[in-house]
Amino acid sequence: MASSTSNSSWRKGFRDGLPFVVMIVPFGMVFGVIGTEAGLNIAEIMGFSVLVIAGSAQLAALQLMADNTPTLIILITSLAINLRMAMYSASLTPHFGPATFWQRVLAAYVLVDQSYALAMDRFDRNPEMSTSDKLSYYFGVAAPVVTLWYASTLSGAILGEAIPADLQLDFIVPLMFLSMVAPALKTLAHVAAALTSVCLSLVFAFLPYGSGLLVAALVALVVGSQVELWTQKRAQT
Amino acid sequence: MSSFNIWMIIAVLGVGTFLIRYSFFGLIGDRQFPPWALRMLRYTPVAVLPGLVAPKVIWPNGVDGGYDPATLAGAAVAIAAGVYSKNMIVAVAAGGLVFYATGWVLN
Repeated sequence: MASSTSNSSWRKGFRDGLPFVVMIVPFGMVFGVIGTEAGLNIAEIMGFSVLVIAGSAQLAALQLMADNTPTLIILITSLAINLRMAMYSASLTPHFGPATFWQRVLAAYVLVDQSYALAMDRFDRNPEMSTSDKLSYYFGVAAPVVTLWYASTLSGAILGEAIPADLQLDFIVPLMFLSMVAPALKTLAHVAAALTSVCLSLVFAFLPYGSGLLVAALVALVVGSQVELWTQKRAQT
Repeated sequence: MSSFNIWMIIAVLGVGTFLIRYSFFGLIGDRQFPPWALRMLRYTPVAVLPGLVAPKVIWPNGVDGGYDPATLAGAAVAIAAGVYSKNMIVAVAAGGLVFYATGWVLN
């Protein structure tokens, strides 16, 4: 029966998604706390977590808002962080293409790093899965990830209003991002891109309106992809 | 920043991020990225995030404000712990511990 296999797919997804609690909950709470420290009210903080659901981009936007960066630069920088999701969208399309319009809309809404990574892994291993099975598994993974993201943001925001303002939160955003990027430095190309980004953002720190970061990121993208090409060529010869 | 401005940022980020996620499902369809675009997209987080925080680590009090030993030590330990353990939580814990411990010792 299709509905019972879909049901078990959903439960399997839910169980696979659950361990991400250890990452989602602290991250959501940090966002909530920092949001209140930055002067946002609970509705605005929840607006970010419900409408954007992208932790890195949200945190980056918050940081840039606190730095009085112009709105346009805030938007470009934060959306640039989310561009990787276009790649996720492209690789999930062969699996979700036959789904209905609203299923695809919902699937897009909950497309995050975790749901993408687990779903692609499972679909690759089980090519015989039906579209509805795939969707069930994917939504099963997303369920705990997304609901815990809302809940932890909310509790962080409530907590943040009770915490004294001198917690040296200025360090927390850099700490989160460095801790997120460091484990991703798997290849020479990743290291080269990260180093380029760091060096150029310091060199261009004098540029107005935080635009130095955009220049640094753009060059870092090119450096990363060129180093990848170069290492591939070297491996072949 | 005004409430209107904050909600405008939330709305544009929300819609923009949704469109990025929905792009291939609904708008572009079953077509693949050219390889050069895939290569660039792979590096977006690692190209943006380090540059976003580097000035905060080197000049936590603005470009003329000088260095802060606790920030530098905490950041260095977070990076080292993250590269070594491949675990974000370990990196946050190690970097945070060193940051607060250094600040406490020096003050």
